[in-house]
Amino acid sequence: MSERQLRARVTQVVAEVIATRRVGAYQHLTLVAPGVAELARPGQFVALAVGGETSGTLLRRSFSIHKVSPSGTYGGTVEIVVSAVGTGTRWIVDRAPHDTIDVVGPLGKAFPLPTDPVACVLVGGGYGSAPLFWLAAELRERGCHVEMVLGAASEDRLFGVVEARRSCDGVTVTTDDGSAGQQGWVSDPLPEIIERTKAGVVYGCGPMGMLESITRVAQAHGAVAQVAVEESMACGVGVCMTCVMPVVGADGRTRMARSCVEGPVFRGDRVRWDSFDGGHARVPDDAVGAPKVGGH
Amino acid sequence: MVDLSVDLGGGHRLPNPLMTASGCAANGRELHRFFDVADLGAFVTKSVMADPRSGRGTPRMAETPSGMLNSIGLQGPGIEAFVDEDLPWLQSVGARVLPSIAGSSSTEYAHVAATLRASRAFDAVIGVEVNISCPNVANRGLVFACDPLASAKVIALVREQLPRDIPVFAKLSPDVTDITAIAAACVKAGADGLTMINTLLGMVIDTDRMRPQLGGVTGGLSGPGIRPVAVRAIWQVRQAMFEGRIRTVPIIGVGGVRTGRDALELVAAGASAIQVGTAVFNDPSAPVRVLRELCELLDAKGFERFTDAVAVAHGR
Ligand SMILES: Cc1cc2nc3c(=O)[nH]c(=O)nc-3n(C[C@H](O)[C@H](O)[C@H](O)COP(=O)(O)OP(=O)(O)OC[C@H]3O[C@@H](n4cnc5c(N)ncnc54)[C@H](O)[C@@H]3O)c2cc1C
Ligand SMILES: Cc1cc2nc3c(=O)[nH]c(=O)nc-3n(C[C@H](O)[C@H](O)[C@H](O)COP(=O)(O)O)c2cc1C
Ligand code: FES
Repeated sequence: MSERQLRARVTQVVAEVIATRRVGAYQHLTLVAPGVAELARPGQFVALAVGGETSGTLLRRSFSIHKVSPSGTYGGTVEIVVSAVGTGTRWIVDRAPHDTIDVVGPLGKAFPLPTDPVACVLVGGGYGSAPLFWLAAELRERGCHVEMVLGAASEDRLFGVVEARRSCDGVTVTTDDGSAGQQGWVSDPLPEIIERTKAGVVYGCGPMGMLESITRVAQAHGAVAQVAVEESMACGVGVCMTCVMPVVGADGRTRMARSCVEGPVFRGDRVRWDSFDGGHARVPDDAVGAPKVGGH
Repeated sequence: MVDLSVDLGGGHRLPNPLMTASGCAANGRELHRFFDVADLGAFVTKSVMADPRSGRGTPRMAETPSGMLNSIGLQGPGIEAFVDEDLPWLQSVGARVLPSIAGSSSTEYAHVAATLRASRAFDAVIGVEVNISCPNVANRGLVFACDPLASAKVIALVREQLPRDIPVFAKLSPDVTDITAIAAACVKAGADGLTMINTLLGMVIDTDRMRPQLGGVTGGLSGPGIRPVAVRAIWQVRQAMFEGRIRTVPIIGVGGVRTGRDALELVAAGASAIQVGTAVFNDPSAPVRVLRELCELLDAKGFERFTDAVAVAHGR
């Protein structure tokens, strides 16, 4: 790593896949990515190039960092959990051991950790649980009581139930279809868990609708929500302005904030959930620089 | 070793012809984590308007074959914040800056240029790029770049605001019937150079939801997929210069450059400098990589000076 990259706390490496295995509906990849592992914190992500140097698929794909081992046998490794949904993710899950993938990371803001050993609830929807185990370990190291709620549409879309039982003080599982745990949504058991543990922070990662309801429940029960969002990203490094969402700043004003550099972790009560609608986010009328009537 | 230096006017000799493209590199800090932005010939900043702008709603992008569609809507901090924060930072790291300015009326362009001129960091500026692909409020939102009269008016007003040793580059849109007519109008109005090309207007429909994929409905197409359009536009305008229909001024080529070979293609068509835009999203250090590759290619082909390769494909 160059001195610049150390200072910048980000690097770009051609990573070798050293392990890849199926876990339910997902593919779990381990990449040798020296530099990334040493710099990363829970909640940050990596951006992977798709299809090699001459690929017509130009834009990078972002994945939460599931785990890092800064000094493994192969040098630093980074693990990700991938759900194959389109061209890019299909290419990534098809990589075999010893294939290479160009990786940029770590990117974005990590989950902020509480200064006091308060109880925390970690909520993961589908592969959204991927970054939470690492977070759980760090929280417990600080003396926090940690419970986890894992939810998904069905059992095969849950990720890390066994690991959760090993790494947390309590685990609750929900599925939409009842194929595992209790039938329903992650927000159903959440009030009881917050009340029972007197949780101060609820961390969430998963689909936007879920993050909104986690924020609502946390607020109603006196906890702070910290949520990791997922927006379409063209660059992942803060230069294109595609990944924005309306977020309230420290000055109380709403701005279209870049989720790749100012996020992906935002305080839930700062996100303008009222502006989201079926995959679109409007610019709220009171946002800084919002289009004026009859203007631009 | 190939001499890569180039003079784009105003006596500012750039160490090399490689630049970022406006809107594809933000205002420097983000890419400075990957390479030294002072290593570029010049750093081109995101088009800035008079006031802060939120830009459009999301989704703001769609991937396309070898490229993408974007509808950002010129999100930015406004010119005051730009001259207070961004320009001084670029100056502090030793970057040569080609600020891109925009407006929704010709007077807004002039106001932005005047504010830039008054900046304490103006020393870092080696030229100003005028993004005329903006809707003109006075003409029912028709973009300036599609109207030779409106384009000329903007360029003339901006030219008046800036010192003579600061070259003004008009950035042209390829979405016109005859790009040489717009180029001629801009040069006649005082443009000291041209940047070609801005994005092409496109649209993608999400067939799962059966609705336009972008929040802004239409967007700008960019990336390697549009490179032949850039080569054609540069070629046509350079040809018109050879024929004496347009005064000869430097052309900054942009559009689909991903490798040194791509850059050389635009240079051979007539570009005296090269901007790398969308390729940065694929490889954050693309501008310096393209420079290295271009240098190796020129060397391998026996060019001693970069400038000897400019427009060589004409008349061959
Ligand atoms: C911060 C962050 C963390 C993520 N973590 C994970 C993870 O741990 N595991 C996982 O499986 N997926 C994760 N995703 C989602 C993943 O990036 C997308 O599923 C993936 O980009 C889709 O690419 P594709 O080519 O398969 O799909 P396509 O639909 O073909 O993609 C087309 C374009 O849209 C973008 N895009 C499409 N869907 C999404 C989406 N949901 N989020 C962001 N961009 C999208 C792609 O980047 C691409 O540019 C994360 C996304 C973000 C932003
Ligand atoms: C996300 C994005 C934002 C852009 N913003 C601007 C802008 O603010 N001003 C401008 O003049 N051009 C803007 N452009 C156009 C580029 O500067 C460039 O002209 C165009 O993308 C073609 O080059 P490329 O294929 O290398 O990207 C933008 C392009 C993209 C992809
Ligand atoms: S993805 Fe480009 S700015 Fe965030």
